Amino acid sequence: MNLPPKTLFEKLWSGHVVRPETENAPAVLYVDLHLVHEVTSPQAFTELHARGLRVRRPDRTVATMDHSTPTTPRPGAAQSGTALPVLDAQAASQLSRLEDNCAEHGIPLYKLGDDRQGIVHVIGPELGLTQPGMTVVCGDSHTSTHGAFGALAFGIGTTEVSHVLATQCLLRARPRTMEIRIDGSLGRGVTAKDVILAVIARIGIGGGAGHVVEYTGSAIRSLDMEARMTVCNMSIEAGARAGMIAPDDRTFEYLAGRPHAPAGVGWDRALERWRSLPSDADATYDRSLTIAASALAPMVSYGTNPGMSIPVDGAVPHPRDITDPEKRPALEKALRYMGLEPGRPIAGQHVDIVFLGSCTNSRLSDLRAAAAVMRGRHVAPGVRMLVVPGSQQVKHDAERERLDEVFRECGAEWREPGCSMCIAMNGDRVDAGQYALSTSNRNFEGRQGPGARTFLASPLTAAATAVTGVITDVRTLA
Amino acid sequence: MYTLESFRALTSTAVLLPHDDIDTDQIIPARFLTTTERTGLGAHLFADWRYDRAGQPRRDFPLNAEGAHEARVLIAGRNFGCGSSREHAPWALLDFGFRAVVAPSFGDIFRENALKNGLLPVALARADHEMVVYRLAGEPDAVFHIELEAQTIAVSNERPFTFPLDPFPKRCLSLGVDQLGYLLDAAGEIDAYERGQASFSL
Repeated sequence: MNLPPKTLFEKLWSGHVVRPETENAPAVLYVDLHLVHEVTSPQAFTELHARGLRVRRPDRTVATMDHSTPTTPRPGAAQSGTALPVLDAQAASQLSRLEDNCAEHGIPLYKLGDDRQGIVHVIGPELGLTQPGMTVVCGDSHTSTHGAFGALAFGIGTTEVSHVLATQCLLRARPRTMEIRIDGSLGRGVTAKDVILAVIARIGIGGGAGHVVEYTGSAIRSLDMEARMTVCNMSIEAGARAGMIAPDDRTFEYLAGRPHAPAGVGWDRALERWRSLPSDADATYDRSLTIAASALAPMVSYGTNPGMSIPVDGAVPHPRDITDPEKRPALEKALRYMGLEPGRPIAGQHVDIVFLGSCTNSRLSDLRAAAAVMRGRHVAPGVRMLVVPGSQQVKHDAERERLDEVFRECGAEWREPGCSMCIAMNGDRVDAGQYALSTSNRNFEGRQGPGARTFLASPLTAAATAVTGVITDVRTLA
Repeated sequence: MYTLESFRALTSTAVLLPHDDIDTDQIIPARFLTTTERTGLGAHLFADWRYDRAGQPRRDFPLNAEGAHEARVLIAGRNFGCGSSREHAPWALLDFGFRAVVAPSFGDIFRENALKNGLLPVALARADHEMVVYRLAGEPDAVFHIELEAQTIAVSNERPFTFPLDPFPKRCLSLGVDQLGYLLDAAGEIDAYERGQASFSL
C-alpha cells in the first residue's frame, strides 16, 4: 500500500500528536524542547505554584536571560560575561525570579555571567538543543528561527508557557501549509535577510497567518545554517507562526559535535530519522508561491512594519501610487512617523545609529560579513554603531578571529550579548526622532524606543551604512 | 490562582481605533514588560499613542475620550495584535476594561492569548466590519451587543453580524474554565506518548 505523500510539517505534526484533534477539541501536541526567558515566564511559574504543580520535564526545558539584560561592557574588562549590573530594579527582580524558578524546578539556566548565555534563539541551535524533527516552543514569537533545522518551532503566550511547563503539551488546531519556493542564485550583496524582507513585502505582514511556511528551492538550499535561521526567524513578520526548512547535509554538519547533539550510535540513529523528514516529492501544500532569487536586491524597510520594505536602490513609495485605497492611510501614517518624503530614493537617507545584532542577525557569519565591509574604514562622523553578538559563544568565536578589533578600530562599540536595541527594554535604545539602521526584525513605531525610527536591513547594508552615515547599497562601495 | 471569567453576553459602548496592523508593541510597549504580574498594565495600554512625551494624555486619542473607560468593546482594523507573543497585550486590554476586540482579522498568537484570558476576538467579514466602523463613526455612543452562544454582534438593535469561533475556546469561555485542566486530564496519554519516545534525550 502506498502511503499518501507528506510534507515536512505533516510528518512532524503527526509524530507529535498525543491526542488527535476532533470536531470539538484541538489536538494535544507534544513539545520536545521548551526554551524559557525572563520576560514571558514569571506569570507562568506563578500559576504553577498557585496550583501546586511541578514542571513535568525540566530535562526538556532550558532557560536563559536575554531581553532585559544590559549589554554595556564593564569599563576595562577584557573578559566576557562582565556587563554592567542591571540598573532597572524591576528588570533585576524579574531576572532573580527566573533564577529562583529555575532553581526550584531543576531547570538548567544560562544566566548572566555564564559562558553559554545569549539570545534564546541563538543559543538553542548553538548548543545543539534544537534538532531536526523536534517541536520547539518558547514564549517569544521569533521561536520560528529554530524551524531552520527542520523543527516545528513557534512562539506561545505566557498561559501556554504554563501549559508546557505543567504538561509538556499544548492544545493546537492544525495549521495550513504554505510553500515559499525560492529558486536560482542570489546576486552579489543579496543575503538571507534580503530574501525574507522581500518575501514579507510580497505577501504582507498578515499574509502567512494561519499557516506554517516551508521554504524550499535551490536558493534556500544554498544558504548556510545561520542564513537559514535568519529566513525562518522573520516568518512571524509575515504572520506565519512557524517557518521551516528541510534538514540536509548542511544541517547535520552544523549539528555534529555540538554539546547537546546526539553522539555515537545515537547520532547514527538520529541521522536515519532526520533523513526521512524532508517533504515527499509529490506532497502538496495549501498554498504555494515562487520567487526568483535572481530578481532580488538588498532590501531596506522605509515604513513602520517589515512589509514596508523596498530594494535599497528604490524610492520611498508615494501614497498617490497606492492602488488599494484601504492601504493609503497606513502608508501616509507611516511616512509621517518616519519623517520621509515620498518619491525620494531611500539610499542617501541619513542615519544616527547602526545596530548590528538581534536573534535575526547576530551570529558569527553576520559579524564576519559586516567586518569584511568595514575593515580599513571608519564609522561615519556623528554615527553611533553598536555591535551586539548574539551569545557569549558568538562573542568568544568573533574575538578569536579578532573581529572585535575590526569593529573597535572602526569606531563601533563591541558589546555584551543580549536582545539589546531590538527591543529597547534593557537600556539600549534609540532616542525619539533618531534614525537607526538595524539588522533586527521589527520597525514598528517605538520598537527601538519611544519615537525611534527604524530601517531594517542586512548586516552588509548595516556595515555599508555605518561607514557612510547614509543608507548605502553595499554593491556601490568600492 | 488565575480563574477565567465566564463570557456569555456583553452589552456595551465601544472605542474606535480603526488602523490596520496594530502590533503588540503599540498595544503595550516592551519597556513595560519587566513586570512579573499580569495586572496593572491597563495604565500603559497604547502608551505611546495615548500620552505625549511629557506623559500627558493626548486629547485626540480615542482612549482618552470621555466614556472610553466604560467601553468594553474595541473596534480595530485588520491584523490586530500582529507581532510579538507577549500576553501582556490582552492583559493590558482587559485591565483597561475591554472584553472584546472587533476586527477583520487578528494576529495568530494574539488571538489565542486573548481567548485564554477571556478577551473575545470578534473577526468580522470585511463588509460587516466596514458597517460597524461606519455606524460607530456616526454615533460614538452606539451600544453593541455580543452573544457568545449565537456568535453574533449587533449595533443598537440592528441586524446582527455573525463571527467564527472554534468550539473548544467557545466552551471554555462560556463555562469560565481554563484549558490547563483539559491538558492535565490527558496525563495518562502523555505518559504513554513519552514511553514510546524512550530513545530521545537532550
